[in-house]
Amino acid sequence: MKPHFYRVACLAMFSTALLSGTAFAQMFATSGGNTQFSASTPLENIEAENKKSQVILNTANNEIAIRMNMRDFSFPNKLMQEHFNENYIESVKYPTATFSGKVDKAPDYTKDGDYDVSATGKFTVHGVTKERTIKGKMKIAGGKITISSDFEVALVDHNIEVPKVVFVKIAQIIKVKAQYALAPYKK
Amino acid sequence: MKVLRLFVMLMCSSTVLYAQDYLLNELSKQDSAQTVPVTATFKSTRVVNGQSVETMKKKHLDFRISHRFGKLNSGAYQFFGLDQATMRLGFEYGLTDDLMIGVGRSTSQKVYDFFGKYKLLKQSTGARNIPVSVTLFGGTGVATVDKERDFQDKLYYTAQVLVARKFGERLSLQLSPTYLYRTMPDVTGDEKVLFAVGIGGRFKLSKRVSLNGEYFYTAREKNTVTAPYHDSMSFGVDIETGGHVFQLHFTNSLGMIEKQFIGETTGSWGKGDIHYGFNISRTFSFDKKNKKQPN
Repeated sequence: MKPHFYRVACLAMFSTALLSGTAFAQMFATSGGNTQFSASTPLENIEAENKKSQVILNTANNEIAIRMNMRDFSFPNKLMQEHFNENYIESVKYPTATFSGKVDKAPDYTKDGDYDVSATGKFTVHGVTKERTIKGKMKIAGGKITISSDFEVALVDHNIEVPKVVFVKIAQIIKVKAQYALAPYKK
Repeated sequence: MKVLRLFVMLMCSSTVLYAQDYLLNELSKQDSAQTVPVTATFKSTRVVNGQSVETMKKKHLDFRISHRFGKLNSGAYQFFGLDQATMRLGFEYGLTDDLMIGVGRSTSQKVYDFFGKYKLLKQSTGARNIPVSVTLFGGTGVATVDKERDFQDKLYYTAQVLVARKFGERLSLQLSPTYLYRTMPDVTGDEKVLFAVGIGGRFKLSKRVSLNGEYFYTAREKNTVTAPYHDSMSFGVDIETGGHVFQLHFTNSLGMIEKQFIGETTGSWGKGDIHYGFNISRTFSFDKKNKKQPN
């Protein structure tokens, strides 16, 4: 019983070490991912774009992580940008938005093609973490992986307050568009 | 043995936990060398009357309407000053994110004023740590009220070095050393050159409301025959509502340009020569990207 347990334990530890070792060669990443959102209402266009989103995907175990600085969201109207950082998202207190989870039904990464995918994991915005499954598309071509996704974020889910007295109304549900082109990751 | 078994289990579970956050850590490691700019030291380009370190962003226009009413101590007959009003209209525009220009017209002395403001240094944390923001201000103006004067004698010039620091989210403080030159001072015998130092600040009461105050110390004797003036002191509230900033304040100065409020403040707080006033600032973006935004 005892020696058997040891053997299993050692094997488990050894194999995780081995896995993470081989996994390294199967990492895909970008630090120039494009994340856009729209909080527009019929009266006002409120849109912003982050061109420095970071994404990393481990094709060996399907783990994926996404991270972006809230300050990197650029608005055409800089006053909106200031209000976004100062009043809504409070980027000094909560500087990043992150997602860390797993691709649910992973495609065959070695075959070129378009795949419908989804990922489940922890989605953190404004310091509030929600367990979410986010749908998207994965395109595999020429040794590169492009991930795109359209999803929504409700302001109430993340304790983002909208004051009652504002002339500029903003939408309660934010529409997010993401497009990430991942290349093999070199450290 | 149980202890060992527990230990091995813990080891395994910790590697699993580690793996989940490992990727995020990997990302934040790459990002750690960033310089984070400190923004919104003040809500507006003015503390109350005086300039703040803020400038308009590139291709953004600020349309400012400022009013100062009569003295509170003028009594019920004058409706505590509200019967009289003096104003300044201003158009102020960002040429780049760091350089802005402005033009304004004040009813008081019928002054046309022109100025430029440049952000020399921006407070930041992170990879590059800069403790303060420094903005240079230069202005000139023509007081057209006295038609008899030569053009040259209607002119004045202002130069300021604005140094400010944002101490956390709520408190910002600013020092404003000022040089003022009047070609022909309004009172005969008054010096053409005046040095002053302004101290100002704001304290945020909530995300959208802040308390502001400022005081300009002038390097001269106060309330003399040749210079019947006091130092300017003002307190106000900034209220921000989307594209507008409302600044409501009480001040002993009637003028809204540097020459007038730093150099020619006749009111005294002690006597109750206090003016109620407000600035309304509305920002418009002329950034082309604004139009072609898809829905």
